[in-house]
Parts: sequence; structure tokens; C-alpha cells
Amino acid sequence: MAEITSLREAVATLVRDGDTVAMEGFTHLIPFAAGHEVIRQGRKNLTLVRMTPDVIYDQLIGAGCAKKLIFSWGGNPGVGSLHRLRDAVEHDWPAPLDIQEHGHGDLSNAYVAGAAKLPFAVIRAYAGSDLPKHNDKIKFIQCPFTGETLAAVPAIEPDVTVIHAQKADRKGNVLLWGILGVQKEAVLAAKKAIVTVEEIVDDLSAWPNACILPGWTLSAVCSVPGGAFPSYAHGYYDRDNRFYQAWDAISRERDSFQPWIKAHILNTDNFEGFRRVLAESTPAGVPQ
Amino acid sequence: MTGQPAYTTSEIMTVAAARLLKNGAVCFVGIGLPSTAANLARLTHAPDIVLIYESGPIGAKPPVLPLSIGDGNLAETADTVVSTPEIFRYWLQGGRVDVGFLGAAQIDRFANINTTVIGDYKKPAIRLPGAGGAPEIASCAREVVLVLKQSARAFVKKLDFVTSVGHLDGGNARQRLGLPGEGPVAVVTDLCVMEPDRATKELTVTQLHPGVAREQVSKATGWEIRFAGTVQETPAPTSIELETLRDLERRTKLAHGNLVVS
Repeated sequence: MAEITSLREAVATLVRDGDTVAMEGFTHLIPFAAGHEVIRQGRKNLTLVRMTPDVIYDQLIGAGCAKKLIFSWGGNPGVGSLHRLRDAVEHDWPAPLDIQEHGHGDLSNAYVAGAAKLPFAVIRAYAGSDLPKHNDKIKFIQCPFTGETLAAVPAIEPDVTVIHAQKADRKGNVLLWGILGVQKEAVLAAKKAIVTVEEIVDDLSAWPNACILPGWTLSAVCSVPGGAFPSYAHGYYDRDNRFYQAWDAISRERDSFQPWIKAHILNTDNFEGFRRVLAESTPAGVPQ
Repeated sequence: MTGQPAYTTSEIMTVAAARLLKNGAVCFVGIGLPSTAANLARLTHAPDIVLIYESGPIGAKPPVLPLSIGDGNLAETADTVVSTPEIFRYWLQGGRVDVGFLGAAQIDRFANINTTVIGDYKKPAIRLPGAGGAPEIASCAREVVLVLKQSARAFVKKLDFVTSVGHLDGGNARQRLGLPGEGPVAVVTDLCVMEPDRATKELTVTQLHPGVAREQVSKATGWEIRFAGTVQETPAPTSIELETLRDLERRTKLAHGNLVVS
């Protein structure tokens, strides 16, 4: 049953060192505030899962929270490389990072298998690809009915899944819409789930087929308005493309990354504090 | 039309790629160059083209080019938005995609694709973003069209990593492996258009863009590139194609706060 609580409390009680943590959101609704809180509370040795590790995982990896990354595409969308991810993979900084690499169809359906409590997902892919040579979790199996060779990947079952959504009601039922990515599957695959939301309302006024995560499937719901910034929340605010662009320069060197993460995340109390410091350090202010 | 309009090499690449998409085709679109070309096709000769983005929108009609694969305007203009596992499971693997339209960091003579690493996998010289949806698209789309700028660094003799398969080692290799789709049918660059030879599946130049010499193409290819018996000249972009593309890019720049997409 979801407890409506602060993000600080949710991370403190639900995310432990060494956990497998999935933070999902496909460009849209990326749980930045929650990611920052994990950094702020100094979690270590996490196995991070995410289809598209972008700026938020670059921050977590650079801050030394991760020992392993399970992913299918790692880049700064529309901008270029993730410099902190590359530094970890290419130079073991700030620590060696194990990587387990998949494709989107594979990883998204590994969450489906996790949600269904099946041991693996089956897909038609990877014949001839080098990925299975470097990821021993990708196996080939024969269909018992047709004999066809198919690829199988183990279910993803995170200790904790963290997502951001538009709304929750006072019972902790969560509504999200727009680009849904793999959030519902990632939540249902996990042992525990934290959801940050733009607002908590009396009535979700949702239509029958809306994407709802019932409160009883969640561990904690936290009101964090703007908590997906600099990504976007459909119906609330747009993506701040300028931040993604700015991240390229901030993250490029260890010497520019370290003071940034200290000033903006480690030395701030919460996401509001982060937004305030960012506004002060950005001449144009924080959009939205 | 009054005379030959002036255009850039990047513009003719986009125009030549757009022309390959038929009206009504269901097209699974990668971000960047493929997305630009697919939307140009939609705004010119192919108004009924169905654009699918891997983030979930089906039938997206974005008013400006998306900067990322999950921009809000894709969801707002789509016929429907489904979850990411569903996009891959029902729509791509379900055999509903006519054309997979992809970019690449590196390709080889059989249009195999590397988007993973340059150098050794464990100790890469350059770590690239990785697979994304490309391995599944390259397997399952009925046809694949690749769009990328041509250089000897991108068109290499041997890939450091095969992320997504083209024609493997050529011939009927795809059939032997049981891959459902036909694989790459064209590679469009800023210099030319290549198509796989019907028997060997080796990429062969079938069209040169106006003013491009064969030596330029050979120099920008890391293997000894072959030319078809008859090499056509790519028709220059029409003024409608150029105006539509430039309008789209102008609107896009304004919408994204003049960001330059690298």
C-alpha cells in the first residue's frame, strides 16, 4: 500500500546500498528529483537498470553510486555522448562499471516478464549480432512448437523501481499519460516502487482505460512538482533542451562535473534547493 | 522552376532518403537524419505515411522535428501512443513495419551496423550509445534503409562490433539465419545512394548525387567500393522539396530555442 511521504523519507527507507534499482521514463517523466535524492543520500554499489540511461544516470554514475549498469541505449538525447558513463567504461572513473547491454525490444520485454513473474522473455532478435557474445544473459532457445531459434533474456526484477508521474490521489493511486515507456511494467516487476508526482489531487478523473497504477502496487508516493525537470511532464511543462545541451559541457571533464554535483545536489537539501541553485548559476534562469 | 536551386550535401542526402519512402508505408523511424527524411516525405509526396517512433507513438505527425525520441509533440500528434514493450512486440515483431529507417555510426560492405564501440569491447577507444531498438528493427522490419554521412571512418572494411545485422557475410545469409525481414535495401549518404547487389548483397553505388565524382566516393569508403553497371545521377532536389525541408528545419530551430543538434 502506498504511503504518501516525502521523497527524502522514501529513499531513506526503500533504497539500500547494493540494490538493483530501475529508474524509468522514456525521455518523458524521467525521475530526476528521485535520482538526485539517491545521490544526496550517498547510496553505493547500485545495479542501475534503465533502457535509456541519459543525464540522470550520468549523474548517478559520475557521483559514484553505481557498480553495474543494465541498459539498451546510453546517450544524451539530441546532444551526444554521456561523458560520465564513458569515463566510467573507458577509464574506470570514479569506479569500474560493469555493463550488461541489451536492445530496447529485449529489455522492455524483460520488464514484461518481470511483471508477469515469468523467468524470461522471448524475442526474435540477435541472430548474427555480436551482443550475445558480450552479454551472457542473452541466450538462444528453440521453440518447442515450431523449432524456430529465438532469443531469451532473463526477467528484470528490480529491488526498487522509481518513476515520475503526473498525478496521484490521496489513496496513492497514480495516473500517467503521454509517452508511457516501460514505467508500468517496471513498477509491476519490482519488489518495491517509489513514484514522485506533479500533484496530489482529490479525484484523478481518469477514463476507464487510463494508465493507472493502483496505490496497493506501490510503496511510496511523493509530491515533487517539477520532479521530472529537465525532462518533461506532459500537460505540465516542456523539456528543457537547454539543460541537456549545457550538461555536455558540465559533464565533459571531471573538474567541471565534481563542483557542479557538489553545489547543485550534495550541498542542497532537496529538489527545490537544486532548482534554486541552478537558477542562480544559470544567467537565463530556469525555464518554466 | 527557374534553374537549378542551390542546396547543401546534407540537404540532398535528406531529400534522396525521403524519396525512398512510399506514400502509405509504415515506417519505424530512428531519431536524427532518418526522422528528418521521414517527415520530409510526409510533408511532400507521402502524406499518408505512418511514422512509428520506438518511444510508443504510432502515426506521429510532429509539426517540428523531435529533438529526442520521446518528444511530447510525437504523442500529441499520433494516432495512438502505446507502451514501449508493445511497440516492439505487437507492431515491429508482429510484422507490421514496412521500412525500418535507421542511422549508424559505422557500417561495412554488407550494411551491418555498429553503434556500440570503436575498439575493444572491454576497453573501448570510443564508447558509442549502444543498440537502442536497432537490432530488432534490423531483424524484423520488412526492409531497412540506412542514412548516414559518408567517410572512411564510417564506412569501414571490418566493424569492431556488429550491433545490428545487415546482410552478414552476404548472399543469402539472412535467410539461412531465419531473419524475417529483407534487411537493408538502400544506404543513402551525402555523396551517393548504394544498394546491395542482388546476388552477393555487397553494397554497390547505384546513384551519384549531382557533381559527385566516383573518386570522392571511393576515397570516403574504407573498402574498394563497387559501382553498378549503370550509375544514375540523383535528380537534384526540387524547389518544393528544398522549401519544405528548410521550412521544417527553421520551425524546428525556433521551437527548440535555436539548439544545434550535433
